[in-house]
Amino acid sequence: MSTLEFRTVNKEYRIRGERGRSGKLLAVKDVSFTLESGKTVALVGQSGSGKSTIAKLLLQLERPSSGEILLDGHPIKRHGAGLRDYRNHVQMVFQDPFASLNPYHSIAHHLARPLKIHKRARSAGEVDAGVRRLLERVRLTPADEIAAKHPHELSGGQRQRVAIARALAPQPTMLIADEPVSMLDVSIRLGVLNLLAHLQREDNLGVLYITHDLATARHFSDEILVMYRGEIVERGPSDDIILNPQHEYTKKLAAAAPNPELRLKQIAGA
Amino acid sequence: MSTATPVTDAPPARHLTDPVVTIDDFSVDYLGAVTTHAVKNVSLTLGRGEILGLAGESGCGKSTLAYGITRLLKPPALITSGSATFHSREGWSADLSTLSGEELRQFRWDKISMVFQGAMNSLNPVISIQAQLEDVFTTHRPELSRAERVQRCGDLLERVGVDRARLKSFPHELSGGMRQRVMIAMAMALDPQVMIMDEPTTALDVVVQREILDEITRLRAELGFAVIFITHDLPLLLEISDRIAVMKAGEIVELGGAYELYTNTQNDYTKRLLASFPSLTGARGDFIRTGVSDDRLDETVQHENDEEATA
Amino acid sequence: MATTLDIDDAAPAVAPTAQRRSIAALLPSPSPKLIVGLCLGGIIVLWAIIGPFLVGNPNAISTLAFAPPGTHGHLLGTTQTGQDVWSQIAWGTRGSLIIGFAVGVIATVLSGLFGIVAAYVGGAVDDGVALFVNVVLVIPGLPLTIVIGNYVPVSARGIFLIAVVLAVTSWAGSARVLRAVTLSIRNRDYVAASRVSGEKAWRILVIEILPNLIPVMASQFVFAVIFAILGEAGLSFLGLGASNSFTLGTILFQAYNDLALTQGAWWWFVPPGLVIALFGCALSLINFSIDEIINPKLRNSTRSQRKKWGLTPAQIKQLEAENAK
Repeated sequence: MSTLEFRTVNKEYRIRGERGRSGKLLAVKDVSFTLESGKTVALVGQSGSGKSTIAKLLLQLERPSSGEILLDGHPIKRHGAGLRDYRNHVQMVFQDPFASLNPYHSIAHHLARPLKIHKRARSAGEVDAGVRRLLERVRLTPADEIAAKHPHELSGGQRQRVAIARALAPQPTMLIADEPVSMLDVSIRLGVLNLLAHLQREDNLGVLYITHDLATARHFSDEILVMYRGEIVERGPSDDIILNPQHEYTKKLAAAAPNPELRLKQIAGA
Repeated sequence: MSTATPVTDAPPARHLTDPVVTIDDFSVDYLGAVTTHAVKNVSLTLGRGEILGLAGESGCGKSTLAYGITRLLKPPALITSGSATFHSREGWSADLSTLSGEELRQFRWDKISMVFQGAMNSLNPVISIQAQLEDVFTTHRPELSRAERVQRCGDLLERVGVDRARLKSFPHELSGGMRQRVMIAMAMALDPQVMIMDEPTTALDVVVQREILDEITRLRAELGFAVIFITHDLPLLLEISDRIAVMKAGEIVELGGAYELYTNTQNDYTKRLLASFPSLTGARGDFIRTGVSDDRLDETVQHENDEEATA
Repeated sequence: MATTLDIDDAAPAVAPTAQRRSIAALLPSPSPKLIVGLCLGGIIVLWAIIGPFLVGNPNAISTLAFAPPGTHGHLLGTTQTGQDVWSQIAWGTRGSLIIGFAVGVIATVLSGLFGIVAAYVGGAVDDGVALFVNVVLVIPGLPLTIVIGNYVPVSARGIFLIAVVLAVTSWAGSARVLRAVTLSIRNRDYVAASRVSGEKAWRILVIEILPNLIPVMASQFVFAVIFAILGEAGLSFLGLGASNSFTLGTILFQAYNDLALTQGAWWWFVPPGLVIALFGCALSLINFSIDEIINPKLRNSTRSQRKKWGLTPAQIKQLEAENAK
């Protein structure tokens, strides 16, 4: 059982030259939460709420201005072997399937690198087998054909599945999914989310699902954290948050989301 | 809880009795090493004052269709067949494909206007809002005096729910939602009879999106223009449209009233699209979360692989 | 799918099959301008390599001064001291091209070092290097080359010194371009994804970032070569060029000094100028083709691209008519 804890983390950015402004932007304010193996937590918020910043902090692409991040109870390491070990445990699926793969390299390269870095495969034969296994896990078959292709030869949904495979290569315990389906075609979104749910169960991963879409957040996760302007304004079990929101902002969000069922019930009732 | 205008049982069949745009057998091809048929023999009627939703995923041809009827397509796109006819409320009709040059320029924005995708980033960052709105009037209504122009610009802004005082602001001083309202105001400036909106709320917050949609329905009730609303967000269309056309691979696969489409879906693709939007407050739909078995998972993924093979 | 569109592109959807071409699509397409550029440039380079082996001694003086082309086996006539112009052109082309390519390589390496590495490292290093580059950029190039050229004694002015002087004054502009492109690539998701995978910094630079810079660097290299050849011609014309070698510039210098212009000996100064012009033209054509890769928006707009589609003349006419509206 693994845990990844965010403890009263703050992240400040300096902004330049705004008239009359002190020049500081508090993107994340006193945020605390815990991810556990086997559980999915959804981080819901609109653009500018700070959820992408939290993803960057969790992936150590940025450093918190204050507060702590703890993996399995120990403060995380930021350099050398400790950092590599952290990366072994915490991985990310990026939002944009068109930008997260390097157009110059083959799919095999994208999957082989993390395998080699985290010593999951050594010889060429092991690497090939590892790449094949990863592609099969995300249902991209025939694996050998896909492995030889380049990103621009695949569709958005296929690329996103490659991104998921890449995230799984180091055999992590925690997975951060930053709006994994918002840039995909509507009809394949559920397929990808179902795949993520399935893989989570197989590997007993702790997943942080970052999104602005309340509906998928509710169905995909156990717990929802609602973010507004850098703070978590409400948290609780998914069904409770959606069906019985307490905070003003959560109520506004739930009311604003398109809900044809409600409107058509009105018609049926009228 | 939803603040959308409640709709009566069945919308009147305005598109049959009083059409404002008739699209007949319209086809658009993208020429290239391999020619793509982006729009295939589409026939559609838009009723006066009606909100028609055009739903579909990327590449289905919905934007191409909209740009095609307003003659905004650039090579390698080519209209290969069909026509689009505009029926003015004054009684005359015009074939949009025969217009050219000066006529076309006068027609655009005056009778049919567009709100483009990512429109809120289309404002000139170095010119004030007032100047940009005035520009529309200077071009199309040169007979107005300066005072009248400024008055109308202020009226326009207030109509879309933005304070008149913001006329002097620059685009970067306004939020995304406000900028989008300014774009809608610009599209409404000449009191057009048809407004085509291409994903106008996609880049916006859900809360702001709700406000903008309410504005559009309110303005439609007030001014009586027809709207072609293009988006991939089917639940959104179900809330505000009178009729919905679902497009796939250049063709319309289903066309009907919003209520009928939701309760009595005919086409398999439409069913799939609807199932892709799990209900916020209701049941899970196609969304499998617990106890998923391998073959159900393979089924949803296989569908995508099939789509790839046929594309 | 929510992709944002540029307001200029009224044609919203890109033909999906266009994305399915293999990696060969990332190379320049064989358009007429590329073929002409490569052929012309290739001929001149070949001439520079083989020519000197085939011609006579360019230094051999004779009494046949200012002989027009064709006299006594002198294909391009003779100079004031009776030297064979044809041989001089061959050696001169070699000299100029050596300088051109040497400057190209040195300038590209310098601009790469200061542009790419500094931008990748970021922070204070990037700020410091950017300041340095901007200062070097502002220093006037020609006066600097004249000063350096003057400072070095005539006997030591060889081809490679000229190349170094030209390179030192030309790398800064290219460095700025590479820095800008590197900064934009550094922020892309696939670079972040590499970091998250645990990749080492130098590997990210070489394997992820550098391949995407190759088209831009190729373009900058070609610019540097053109600049060097023209710059060398200018330097030599001022008398500051390589003293003991033949370059196209030194030939022009000699021609001017020995009053070829007033004597009407066009066969002496026209050929070197022509070779410089043709080679510059060839390199520019190659650069335009590289532009099509760097700037994808050009891909569907150029006539060469459209010609590939195999359209009937009627369709082409229709396209042009629609475009005009």
